[in-house]
Amino acid sequence: MLLQHAASAGSHPLSGTAAEWVWLLPLLPLLGFLVNGALSLASAFRFGPDDPSADHGHATHAHPASHAEAQDAPGHHHEHGAHGDDHHPVARHKFANLATLVGPAVLGASFALALAIFFAMQGAHADAPFVQRYFSWMPVGDLQIDVAFQLDQLSMIMVLVITGVGTLIHLFSVGYMQDDPGYPRYFAYLNLFVFFMLLLVLGANYPMMFIGWEGVGLCSYLLIGFWFSEKANADAGKKAFIVNRIGDFGFLVAMFLLFANLGTLDYVGVAAAAPSLVFGGALVTAICLFLFLGCTGKSAQIPLYVWLPDAMAGPTPVSALIHAATMVTAGVYLIARSAAIFAMAPAASLTVVVVGALTALFAASIGLKQWDIKKVLAYSTVSQLGFMFIAVGAGAYVAGVFHLVTHAFFKALLFLGSGSVIYAMHRAYHATHSHEDAQDMRNMGGLKSHMRVTWILMWIATLAIAGVPFFSGFFSKDEILGFVWQRAGHSTLADTTWLGISGRPILYAVYFMGLAAALMTAVYMTRMMIYTFHGPNRTGERERAHLGEAPWVMTGPLVVLGMLSALGGWLNLPSFAKFLGPAHVLDHWLEPVVGPATAMVARGAPEIAHSTEYMLVGAAVAIGLLGIAIAFARLKPAPLVPKSQALPEEGFERVLANKYYVDEAYDAALVQPTVRLSRGLLWRGVDSGLIDGVAVNGSASVARFIGWMGSQLQSGQVGTYAWVLVIGVVAVLGAFTLR
Amino acid sequence: MLAESLFFSAVLFTIGVVGVLTRRNAIILFMCVELMLNAVNLTFVAFAQAYGAAGQVFVFFVMTVAAAEAAVGLAIIIALFRHRQTVDLTNINLLKG
Amino acid sequence: MQESVSLFYTFHFYLFGIIAVVSALLFVTRKSPVAAALWLVNTMFSLAALYVMLDAHFIGAIQVLVYAGAIMVVFLFVIMLLNLGDPSEIADARGQGWKLAAGFVGLALLAQTFALTRATTPPSLTLPYGAGAERVAREGAIAPIAEPLFREYLLAFEVTSILLLAAVVGAVVLGRRRTVHAR
Repeated sequence: MLLQHAASAGSHPLSGTAAEWVWLLPLLPLLGFLVNGALSLASAFRFGPDDPSADHGHATHAHPASHAEAQDAPGHHHEHGAHGDDHHPVARHKFANLATLVGPAVLGASFALALAIFFAMQGAHADAPFVQRYFSWMPVGDLQIDVAFQLDQLSMIMVLVITGVGTLIHLFSVGYMQDDPGYPRYFAYLNLFVFFMLLLVLGANYPMMFIGWEGVGLCSYLLIGFWFSEKANADAGKKAFIVNRIGDFGFLVAMFLLFANLGTLDYVGVAAAAPSLVFGGALVTAICLFLFLGCTGKSAQIPLYVWLPDAMAGPTPVSALIHAATMVTAGVYLIARSAAIFAMAPAASLTVVVVGALTALFAASIGLKQWDIKKVLAYSTVSQLGFMFIAVGAGAYVAGVFHLVTHAFFKALLFLGSGSVIYAMHRAYHATHSHEDAQDMRNMGGLKSHMRVTWILMWIATLAIAGVPFFSGFFSKDEILGFVWQRAGHSTLADTTWLGISGRPILYAVYFMGLAAALMTAVYMTRMMIYTFHGPNRTGERERAHLGEAPWVMTGPLVVLGMLSALGGWLNLPSFAKFLGPAHVLDHWLEPVVGPATAMVARGAPEIAHSTEYMLVGAAVAIGLLGIAIAFARLKPAPLVPKSQALPEEGFERVLANKYYVDEAYDAALVQPTVRLSRGLLWRGVDSGLIDGVAVNGSASVARFIGWMGSQLQSGQVGTYAWVLVIGVVAVLGAFTLR
Repeated sequence: MLAESLFFSAVLFTIGVVGVLTRRNAIILFMCVELMLNAVNLTFVAFAQAYGAAGQVFVFFVMTVAAAEAAVGLAIIIALFRHRQTVDLTNINLLKG
Repeated sequence: MQESVSLFYTFHFYLFGIIAVVSALLFVTRKSPVAAALWLVNTMFSLAALYVMLDAHFIGAIQVLVYAGAIMVVFLFVIMLLNLGDPSEIADARGQGWKLAAGFVGLALLAQTFALTRATTPPSLTLPYGAGAERVAREGAIAPIAEPLFREYLLAFEVTSILLLAAVVGAVVLGRRRTVHAR
């Protein structure tokens, strides 16, 4: 009812403005998906060895006849014998140009529309969310779920990030994927992903968000397993989807609890009904914990983070968009959206904080010993997401969203930059027909002289993530840690007990864990930069000549992201940095959405003293610079050897390099028993034995037996018939006599 | 004498049924059927004494039909004998299928 | 309704009844078809006596004339024709198990029919005792049956004649020797 009230009333400040076109925002990428999907399907139905859309992959190795023909076809980059590397063959798609036009264009149009809506919102100064209701989706008894979009400050920020960073990544992909046979399919999936992600952030109720939630999970699976002809990639996609499903179960249970107890599932209704719940009671805590379970799946926290490093099997721009900037932040968005409920459950919020802190520390430690450049970034993402959860768990929702935005900038930049590096390495190995790993840092080194622009931009991103002052990451990370300290002193969280321990020491411990994670972040990021760009080059004599900067279609977006990483901090400058510009811009912007919840958690905390603030800032800066210094001092690139000659790790380093053997533990404890149960009991026992044997074959044999019995009656002998007759008569008479 | 007649009739009928079930010779089987018909005739006549002459009319018709049936049935048995040289019913399964 | 009948009557009724039953039993158990047929004839004679005792004089006469005199004679003709007189040629009844099962079924049937005979009849329908005999004495033996036959059951009577015609034709056709089909 509140939904209709808010929507039907034309009295909202945003009615009649560009905001009326909010439905077009997700529709444009959907259109792109349909067009690109049609392009990829259209070519799939034409046969012939010179059709590049057929993913030949390893299959082509087995068909030398068609191979020879393909060589002569024009527009082909096939070289006899070599096919790029294991990832994908080299063959530009027939409809690639059309897909190039449609893919980024729809996203650019979406971004332009988002900007228009944003300016309209700025001018309107709305307090209540703008809800556009389209149709009633599930009217079931008391439950009324509509397909509706909610436009408020929080969703606007997310939309801008998604469409903005998305457009840049689409442009980057044009260059990165140009030689891939599955080019239109890639853009189709990418567009579909943006569609679902926009649905997620624009939905006006939890089921709408859930559609987007599931949809981005699907697209993640499709894109991770993009080069599915290789089993490892397909497995990674499967793993991502299945692990996500476990989280989705939590989300669903939370929705059920919400409906059962509050009677509504739209944000406006839930926020209104939340204060009526028992503060810190079992119900609110349960709802929040189940929601958080969904977040651990989608945003890769402990215990469901295991899919994210494997997801690096997908193309690098996909890792940038999905596994850095947008999809994995859906969990943070969910908690910010549900701030009203989380503020009512301090125990659950503390759980979020603790899990976030543990994840941040844990992932950072693993990142210290990874050699694959993308894996380093993957664990870095997990770690930074931990920071975001620390923030939203501690009731600093704005800080969490702020870090979400800045992280989108510098992590996308880092991923795309590594994409440029990998692109250059690929080209080099392709030219020399080598099969070395193009992503292993031990094969890189000294690339700064070959890729100047990328080197500078990646350093900007590294400084940002390490928290060096005045880059974006510094402001956001510092704000998070500052808020943790503040909450430790005075908040509903500090007053609660968590598993018997008081909240206050937990929060202080979390602060120091955050500092430790920040230190490790600086170390491993600098390590990455040193091993990749500095020191001697380990790629090889012949390859070195081919190393070079990527084309401008790829480097251009990097520049834009670099600027954003550098200047992104201006979104929410703290008070002490007022000399730099307007302070607390994001705070004021998000105030109508998360303000009341933040206030509830803070419980009227006094303004933090300036001396404490400077101390905290100083500590964060010192930690960041210390980390960089340690890396430069201790991690010399000189003793490194290329991957093919590298010795295996020893001792604790091996544990780190093998990710604490968590995947192996999950496999032994969960996967293998499930597989054995499925194979032994469910397949052999139930499916083959029970259903096939008893139900299907059994009923068939029973029918056959009855038929055989019947056939015996048709002996053709009069005697038999006489018997049957008499027995029938006896039966009928029996009915009469016994009645 | 209704009850006694019905008693005798039941016994005769049952004997006829057992005969039909037991014997293999086609002609004897046929005669057992005739026995059953006779038992039923006795029933009808007994009821006719109690309820009116309609019972006897029924017996009349039964006899007529039994005669016709005997003629045709025996003709069939003769034809069968000519074909198979036996009247043993266990060997005859022309009705099969 | 029941007035007591004389002992003479009852004794003879039971006598003829028992003769009928015993003859039937003997008929069913004979190996030789001729012997069996003759025992059946005996049964029919006893039944004819029973009919007469039940005031169905005409039916009794017809029983002897048609059933015992015509039908059984035809049976005997066929038995002689097919030369089945020799007992050794004919196999016995079916095996032991069959006989036992048939015995059980027979007992079941007997029990059921007995139970059915216990049924009570509405007194309004029953004729007064001795009405049949009185009618026969008044109108003769044939009138009681001829009157319903040619009045209410005239159609059945006429149809029966067609039935007989069909039977005659059928018997002739079926009994014919198969001639060689040259064409």
